[in-house]
Amino acid sequence: MKKRKIGMALSLVLAAGTLLGACGKSDDTSKEESKGGEKEKAFSVAMVTDVGGVDDKSFNQSAWEGLKKFGADNGLKKGKDGFDYVQSKSDADYSTNLNTLARQDFDLVFGIGFLMQGAVDEIAKQQKDHQFAIVDSEVDQPNVASILFKEQEASFLAGVAAAMTTKSNKIGFIGGVEGAVIERFEAGFVAGVKAAKPDAVVDIQYAGAFDKAELGQSISSKMYASGADVVFHAAGGTGVGLFKEANDLKKKDPSREIWAIGVDSDQANMGPDVVLTSALKRVDNAVIDISKKAKDGNFPGGEVALYGLAEDGVGLAPINDKVSNKADIDTAVNEWIEKIKSGAVKVPGTRDELKTFSAK
Amino acid sequence: MSKRFKSLLTPIIAVLLGIIVGTIIMVVSGYNPVTAFTALWNGSFGDIYYIGEVVRQFTPYILAGLAVAFAFRVGLFNIGVEGQFLVGWLAAVWVGVAFDLPRIIHLPLAVLAAMVAGALWAFIPGLLKARFRVHEVIVTIMMNYVALHVSNYIIKNIITDNKDKTDLVKESATLRSDWLQSITDYSRLHWGIVIAIIGCFVMWFLLERTTRGFELRSVGFNQHAAHYAGMNVNKNIILSMVIAGGFAGLAGAMEGLGTFGYATVKGGFTGVGFDGIAVALLGGNTSLGVFFSAILFGALKVGALNMPLEAGVPNELVDIIIALIVFFVASSYIIRVFLDRISKKEVK
Amino acid sequence: MEYVIEMLNIRKEFNGFVANDNITLQLKKGEIHALLGENGAGKSTLMNVLFGLYQPEAGEIRVKGKPVKISDPNIANDLGIGMVHQHFMLVDTFTVTENIILGREITTAGSIDIKKAEKQVREISERYGLSVDPQAKISDISVGMQQRVEILKTLYRGAEILIFDEPTAVLTPQEIKELIQIMKTLIKEGKSIILITHKLKEIMEVSDRCTVIRKGKGIGTVTVSETNPNELASLMVGREVVFKTEKKEATPKEDVLEITDLTVKDTRGVSAVNGLNLSVKAGEIVGIAGIDGNGQSEFIEAITGLRKAESGSVKLNGKELINQTPRKITESGVGHIPQDRHKHGLVLNFPIGENMVLQTYNKRPFSKNGILNFKEIYKKAKSLISEYDVRTPSEYTLARALSGGNQQKAIIGREVDRNPDLLIAAQPTRGLDVGAIEFIHKRLIEQRDNGKAVLLVSFELDEIMNVSDRIAVIYEGKIVAIVNPKETTEQELGLLMAGSNRKEAGEHSNV
Repeated sequence: MKKRKIGMALSLVLAAGTLLGACGKSDDTSKEESKGGEKEKAFSVAMVTDVGGVDDKSFNQSAWEGLKKFGADNGLKKGKDGFDYVQSKSDADYSTNLNTLARQDFDLVFGIGFLMQGAVDEIAKQQKDHQFAIVDSEVDQPNVASILFKEQEASFLAGVAAAMTTKSNKIGFIGGVEGAVIERFEAGFVAGVKAAKPDAVVDIQYAGAFDKAELGQSISSKMYASGADVVFHAAGGTGVGLFKEANDLKKKDPSREIWAIGVDSDQANMGPDVVLTSALKRVDNAVIDISKKAKDGNFPGGEVALYGLAEDGVGLAPINDKVSNKADIDTAVNEWIEKIKSGAVKVPGTRDELKTFSAK
Repeated sequence: MSKRFKSLLTPIIAVLLGIIVGTIIMVVSGYNPVTAFTALWNGSFGDIYYIGEVVRQFTPYILAGLAVAFAFRVGLFNIGVEGQFLVGWLAAVWVGVAFDLPRIIHLPLAVLAAMVAGALWAFIPGLLKARFRVHEVIVTIMMNYVALHVSNYIIKNIITDNKDKTDLVKESATLRSDWLQSITDYSRLHWGIVIAIIGCFVMWFLLERTTRGFELRSVGFNQHAAHYAGMNVNKNIILSMVIAGGFAGLAGAMEGLGTFGYATVKGGFTGVGFDGIAVALLGGNTSLGVFFSAILFGALKVGALNMPLEAGVPNELVDIIIALIVFFVASSYIIRVFLDRISKKEVK
Repeated sequence: MEYVIEMLNIRKEFNGFVANDNITLQLKKGEIHALLGENGAGKSTLMNVLFGLYQPEAGEIRVKGKPVKISDPNIANDLGIGMVHQHFMLVDTFTVTENIILGREITTAGSIDIKKAEKQVREISERYGLSVDPQAKISDISVGMQQRVEILKTLYRGAEILIFDEPTAVLTPQEIKELIQIMKTLIKEGKSIILITHKLKEIMEVSDRCTVIRKGKGIGTVTVSETNPNELASLMVGREVVFKTEKKEATPKEDVLEITDLTVKDTRGVSAVNGLNLSVKAGEIVGIAGIDGNGQSEFIEAITGLRKAESGSVKLNGKELINQTPRKITESGVGHIPQDRHKHGLVLNFPIGENMVLQTYNKRPFSKNGILNFKEIYKKAKSLISEYDVRTPSEYTLARALSGGNQQKAIIGREVDRNPDLLIAAQPTRGLDVGAIEFIHKRLIEQRDNGKAVLLVSFELDEIMNVSDRIAVIYEGKIVAIVNPKETTEQELGLLMAGSNRKEAGEHSNV
């Protein structure tokens, strides 16, 4: 009885090993080869997504679109010698994936998302000959470029739009998981609201997750029920629930004026009747920019590359045509854009900064 | 066909079937199966780095598998490994960052803390089961959520000041080893594998060789007979959960002190605890079986990451192929029945 | 004479083990044909071959003279062969009719025509005198009734040949009588019956002919009217069998077990034992006679610590043991052969050797410093196995793989070996064959002769009458009479067990 079990277990491994091995021998040579032929080789770039994958309708997708565009502009093909991505299935995979890409000799490897900070830091230390970049976090290594965004500037504009649209003077904010990035969204948004309409109130709620649409829906349901007519989310997949709730309410009562504001990419397609605008975070532009610099030999290793309105790293999507005072909003938003770009207004990026912020 | 030969053949056929069906799917959808499986192999054993990563990956799988298997042997279904794993992870890191002690004390202390935390987390469902006959499956599932959110809260508000991630554990508490990393070309291989192997031995020895194990196994097979024989059924139920939780907590320490070296706020479950269920069932709930099935799972997990890049197979298809292999291995029972049929016919 | 079924020279092997070796069984139309053999002799294998569950390696099956190949139970059904299994295959929450039509539903336009089915069931029931209520739920009817539902099921499917597998094992004496009547009616209506059993009394009473198999071999077929139980028994066992267990006069000494005013509730919370009083002396066997469900199980469970008692006192050698843990009770000198050997007596997935130390595993020499000493355990097991004639391939064989009789012998060996002052034997011979029963009875009497107290609970009146020195009749959770087996009859006991005629048995005092 016991022996049989041992035999079974043993054979499991043998089976897995021999069968897979029979399928082909690895081409170990690729590593040595590439080291020798570095100069002739075309520039190649790759990215590691977090568990969301490249169709997450959020920053992974945005980053991948940037890479694709960069590839097209420079005549690169998808694959090992051009541009590619690897998806992580769990937190533990970040290191393996970053390392794999470095081993495959990509010239530049992006880690998308602050969750990858530890992994990028570690792999960058080991693979000193390779260039890395991390989005949404800082890694202090000479061969790592840290990409940060001034999300507060985008959400400030969203806040302005929200304040000018609301009739009830009640506005909702749904955050994903509390953290520095989402705090920038929150602070900027509140500042924008206050700047445009000082007596409007913002109800701030956190879902505690980026992937719980049902939670997003129940929070937004409560917000709308308590009188809020514009709700902004900075909650990734959780925000899908916001659009669902807004669409549902709109369907039930088409005369009711409720709006939702998207984040990261233009989410207008999530509900043509309810999406007011979106606070854009142009991860794609940042990825293209860093890739270009790296290709041209100007890789900003060890530096923090900060992308704001001025760098075209953030922005606001077009205002929904169905909003009655669209023209006014556009004018106001453009005014604020100028003020921010010129440095006349510094948008607060934390709750502390928000306390001392005044729009004038 | 001899029994031994048959039991050897079963898993081989299972893996083969998974590969065949995976091949068909890939051919139909226009991908090259040979490159794909080569990529799977290369991504798990093709390079010393990947071997190190495979070992790193299956180290917590072994312990999570033991956590399920141990409870299962006593007749309990421990779905709460994920939660016990998370609190173990947290406790290990907490001790790892909070103290400055000599390595000889600090590392064992951190490992012990993980074990105790996991054990305590499992003690609650064990107690409820023994005392009030509350089904452990329900309680452990709920405890998973409690573990997730409590540990997130603690990381954010107590260990750090509103950060998503703790500092790295102190040098004196880490399981990592420059030497192990250097021989595996910077994989994250760490000393935890030694703990996992010791864990296998402990489970085997405890269950098969000790008086306590005799009681636990009796309770597992037949509570009524155990009661009749004068054993304290409730005590053994609680004990088995506590020990299982200890294993799960150790799995958490593998991540906290080894793979990562820190703890992060998590949006959802890691899945290690749930993979542990599959590992245990595939391993027949014996310690040696768990060891080998953990290797298979670890290799598949790590190797699969390489498939999209090296073979251009989309992630979704990779998931399907890996699931198929696991499916066929797990349903090896069907294959065994089939083999029995064949050998019967041979007799005729 | 016309044969409806002929099984000629059947041979069936399992991995080299010959379960049926050249067995021939010929069933005449309209007869009750008994199939007699010890447990493990191959009766069930033979019937499973006939029912299409196994394929024979050699031999031929003919139905009404025509050779047939029965490759699965559906073919057997089509040939008019029906089986009444020992373990009923009924869905508890369904009604009688629903169970009967399961798999053969009459449907009109996709929905089951339950009315029509009920009518059919009622007709069959009346025709064969089964008096089953087609609308009753299975969970609400008695075991005897459930068996009739099984019979109805085969008849409903058009069975001409009915196989009864140990049908009386689960029945009360009254129900057995009724079953025999039903069998006779079935024969009158033109059915033929194969009766699998090892109870000689039943064979003598109902069957016309009897085929005996021993250790897989066909011994022969005898006409029952020309034989006697002794001959049948020796054919079955292969040697002379003593029926009336020989025993010396008992020499009871001091009270070992004293039970006063014991009250116990059953699982549903209803009082099952109501102020029971009883004492058992050293050197005597007290038999508890009673119909199943009069509190016997709860009574035994309470005094062995498996169930909480509400009130009362249970003293062993003057020491109070009520509501102590099973371990404390065991270690105080109580041996317990439990009623359900699979549920309580054994860990079936353990080797038989480890089952031998189920209570003593933590004592020296089996355990030292918390580590088991398997050498000692298996040494002990080996000696018990040979002493108690437990037939097993080895002491490492799983208990599950042993036959019922050998499992029971193992339990008895284990319990007696601990040398308890009081040995409690609950239904120790249930489902066992003559040879094993004889062995067990001898061991119980041996304990008595060694000056131990023995408490025997059994639903078999024969056993109670045979083995006991005193008989205590239990009725509705009370001992209603204590009688001397030499001065009573089965009839008198039967009346006392039924509870209604306590006064007629007034000469026996209540204790």
